[in-house]
Parts: sequence; structure tokens; C-alpha cells
Amino acid sequence: MSTSSVDIKRRGRNLGERAFIALSLVAIAIPLLILVGLVANTLVDALGRIDWDFLVGYPSRRASAAGIFPALIGSLWLIGLTALIALPLGVGAALWLEEYGGKSRLAGFIEVNIANLAGVPSIIYGLLGLGLFVRFLDLGRSVLAGALTLSLLVMPIVIMATREALRTVPGHLREAAAALGATRWQVIRQVVLPMALPGVLTGAILAISRAIGETAPLIVVGALTYMTFLPADPGDPFTALPIQIYNWVSRPQEAFLVNAAAGIMVLLVTMLTLNSVAVLLRNRLQRRTR
Amino acid sequence: MTVAPPAPSVAPSAAETRPKLVSRQLEAWFGDNRVLKGVDMEVPARRVTAIIGPSGCGKSTYIRCLNRMHEMVPGARMAGRIELDGVDVYGPDVDPVLLRRKVGMVFQKPNPFPTMSIRDNVLAGLRLSRRKVAKTEAEAIVEKALRGAALWDEVKDQLKKPGTDLSGGQQQRLCIARSIAVEPEVLLMDEPASALDPIATARIEDLLHELKERYTIVIVTHNMQQAARVSDQTAFFLSGELVEMADTNTIFTSPGDRRTEDYITGKFG
Repeated sequence: MSTSSVDIKRRGRNLGERAFIALSLVAIAIPLLILVGLVANTLVDALGRIDWDFLVGYPSRRASAAGIFPALIGSLWLIGLTALIALPLGVGAALWLEEYGGKSRLAGFIEVNIANLAGVPSIIYGLLGLGLFVRFLDLGRSVLAGALTLSLLVMPIVIMATREALRTVPGHLREAAAALGATRWQVIRQVVLPMALPGVLTGAILAISRAIGETAPLIVVGALTYMTFLPADPGDPFTALPIQIYNWVSRPQEAFLVNAAAGIMVLLVTMLTLNSVAVLLRNRLQRRTR
Repeated sequence: MTVAPPAPSVAPSAAETRPKLVSRQLEAWFGDNRVLKGVDMEVPARRVTAIIGPSGCGKSTYIRCLNRMHEMVPGARMAGRIELDGVDVYGPDVDPVLLRRKVGMVFQKPNPFPTMSIRDNVLAGLRLSRRKVAKTEAEAIVEKALRGAALWDEVKDQLKKPGTDLSGGQQQRLCIARSIAVEPEVLLMDEPASALDPIATARIEDLLHELKERYTIVIVTHNMQQAARVSDQTAFFLSGELVEMADTNTIFTSPGDRRTEDYITGKFG
């Protein structure tokens, strides 16, 4: 038996810890493998089909002649308008809730409802959009009505991400600005918002990703599936990538399934491109605010 | 440009003797917690007044009442009267935002704005109060404020770098430059050197001797040697009350109150 000295030799890692690390690795591997498999499978189907003619072509009854151009442009219209509508409104709402609303009962009421909105199924938003924008406001089955509907859908995401970002701005910086003789709005405008911007952009990324893939509300709002022209202004009818994909998938002919796979790849690339713009912007801002 | 005397009609000697800031029966609360219990105090113009006392004695709260920062804390309130050059700063027609441009503040932890360059940090206060500052004017203001804060020679070639890239001591001097760029009349300092190393602390203390030529300075410190080194007047706070205030020399050599003597000789605190 040894003397009084404490035994500090390594006894090998605790079994429980090892098991936990292994479990965590399996947990991350499963969804990754499924995702990679799915993308790879789609990519194999799509590769032979994606070419310039497919990208700039219009729909056709013949699968080999059909293109995705109106859907691609329609999706870009939708995302652009949705970002224009949802970002300022969502950031504004978050600013009020976080900086002005305080602990008032109105703020509490709005807060609970935003959390509820985030859980509403998207088809319900579609019905709301149909009733409110298409019929009541008489916007028709336009790209604007679609964008307004998607804006409602993604606004809770923008609001919640922005509020998180606003909360991370340290109180001592607000105090420093106030002590310089800044009004509340000047503190927000000059100090709080610039610091919160990376977080706001994260919200924008999440919102764009959500909006670009939504199908159900657009079907209800009345997106077309066979468009032989491009929307030229926000009042024009439109179609979108997920609608086009859905349409092709529901065709019986094998050739249209290949088109759908190609459409999925176009959708993925579009989404990743839009998101990487936001990520680049965010990283630049973060370097500045570090 | 130096700050104009408070009242041009009064002869300079009279203006010098008139207190810059006066508090009468000042009380302050955080919720139900009464942290100031009726403080009567006069702060002389263009002098350094040090406030010393153990933690929790209300010294920080006291100076935060002077520029109405105290009321920004949820649940905080105050009672009593504070006068700046004879004007009630809690009067109904006083805008606390404008008051804070006259009564600047430097905090315990250096807090330059992370999104701004050194130059923009100095200009932050001006940009807040005015829409546009002409470029040539801005350069002059930046240089003057940074010189005033004894930082110019160290940063003049890197004004575009983020303010947060500087060392702690430099950041604190940048914060002082930011405060004096708006040309306040009073500078409140809440333990401005407590997060700094001794060399950086010495530089801030040297700076105080220059700053008091132009500004009325109130400095809160838990460091008694620092109070003795930098201040002309010292006030001793204990449990929310002003125990005594006198010339710094008097306080440290022959205090009038037993509790002051016990504190500065290290019997408690």
C-alpha cells in the first residue's frame, strides 16, 4: 500500500464519457449521411439534364424541352420582395419589443403571439394570404400577394433572431452612448444596431431559406404551374421553383422526374448562393465588431 | 478652445469659488434598497474631487445621479435636489440628454464602441448630437481630444484601426478623449483606473492634473493612495451618507470624524 501521496496517475477515460462521445458522433453522422445520400442521388439524376437550355427554357409538355426559367425568376422575385417586406418590419418589431416595449402588457401579448405564429402550419398562412391579400386587398394571384404571404410566414423568424442579437449588445455600451448625450434612438442607431447586425443577418439567412422552399402557401395563394412568360412587375402572376418541382414530380412520365431532380438542384444552388451572400456580409461585419 | 466660465457676468474669482455642482438631501433607491440617505455636498469648479468609501457605500450611485444616469436603471429612483451652476438638473424643463453633454462620464471598464475606429470613437459624441461634422473640423477635433487625453502620439498613425484593438490603458484614455470631444464642463469618473495596470494608472492620474485646468472632475475610487495623489478635495462616504468632505490633505492627515480615520488607516473597508 502506498503512503499518503495522492494518486494522480491517469486511470483511463471514464467509460461513460467515451460512450457519450460515441453516441454524439453517431447522432451527427446519421443525418449527415442521409443528407449526403439524398443530394448525391438527386445530383446523379439531375446531372444529365441540367444545361443552359434547361435554365433559360420555358415549360413544355415534352419533358426534354421543358425549362425552369419562369420558376427561377419567380422565386427570385418572391425572395427579393419578401426580404424587402419582412426584414424592415421584423427588425422594427424586434426593436420595439426589445428597446421600447419593455415589460408592458401589450409587449407581453405580442410576444406570446409571435411565438404562436412561428408554430402555425404554412398552409394556414396560405389561406390567410388568399383571403387577405388575393381577395380582400384584391392583389390577385400576383407575385406581390405571394411575397406578402411568405413575409408573414418568415417574420417570426426575423423577429426572434433580431431580438436575440439585440440582447447580446452589452449594457455598458448603451450606457457609454447615453453618457455622451445620445437620445434613445441615437443609442440604438449608432451603437446597438451596428453591433446586432450580424445576428440580424443570421435571421435573414434563416428566413430566406425558409421562404425559398415553401410550396403549400404558394399553391393556396395561386401560383401558376405553367408559365410561358416572366413576371415583369409585382402585380403579375408567377410560379416558383418548389411549385414547378412539385408539378413535375406529380407527372406520371419518368422523364419529368429527371426534370424535378434538376429543378431541386437549381433550387439548392439558388438558396446556397443567396445564403452565402448573407454569410459573407455577416462575416465582414463580425470581423469589424469583434 | 477652453470652456467658457459658467457665468460671464460674475468676476472670475467669484466664479472660481462658486460650487459647480451642489446636492441637497440627495436620496437614491434601487427598488426598496435605499443606497443614498440624504447627501449634502458641494463640488468646486475646476478641481478634482475624490469620493472614497467601502464597496456599497453609494459613491458610484452618487455620481450617476449627477448626470441622471441613475434613473436609466429599471426600478431606480431618487429624491432631493442637484444643481449645476445653480440650475436644478431634475427640473421639469431639463433634458437629461443635453445635461449629459455637459456632464460627461468615464466608466470603470474601458468601453470604446467595438464597431467604430479610434477616430470614429472620438467623434461618436459629436455625431450623436449634430448631424454632420465637416471633415477638416473633424480632424482638428480628433487631434485635440486625443492630445487632451494624452493618447495622440501613440495612435496618430492608426486612427482607422478599431478602438478595441488598443491596450486597456489606451482604451480608457480613448474613452476620456471621447468624453472631452463633446466639450463637457464636468467629467465624472467611476473608478477609471481600477481595471488598469500601475503604469496605465499613473498615466491616467497625470492626465487628471492637466484636465482639471479645464474641467470640474469628480472621481470615485476605492484606492486611497490614488485619491491622495490626484484630488484637491476628498469626500468620504459610508453606508449611503457623506461622513465628511474636506481638503484632501486634511482628510488624510487629520480627519474630523473617527470613522474616516478608521477607514483611511485600514481598520475596515
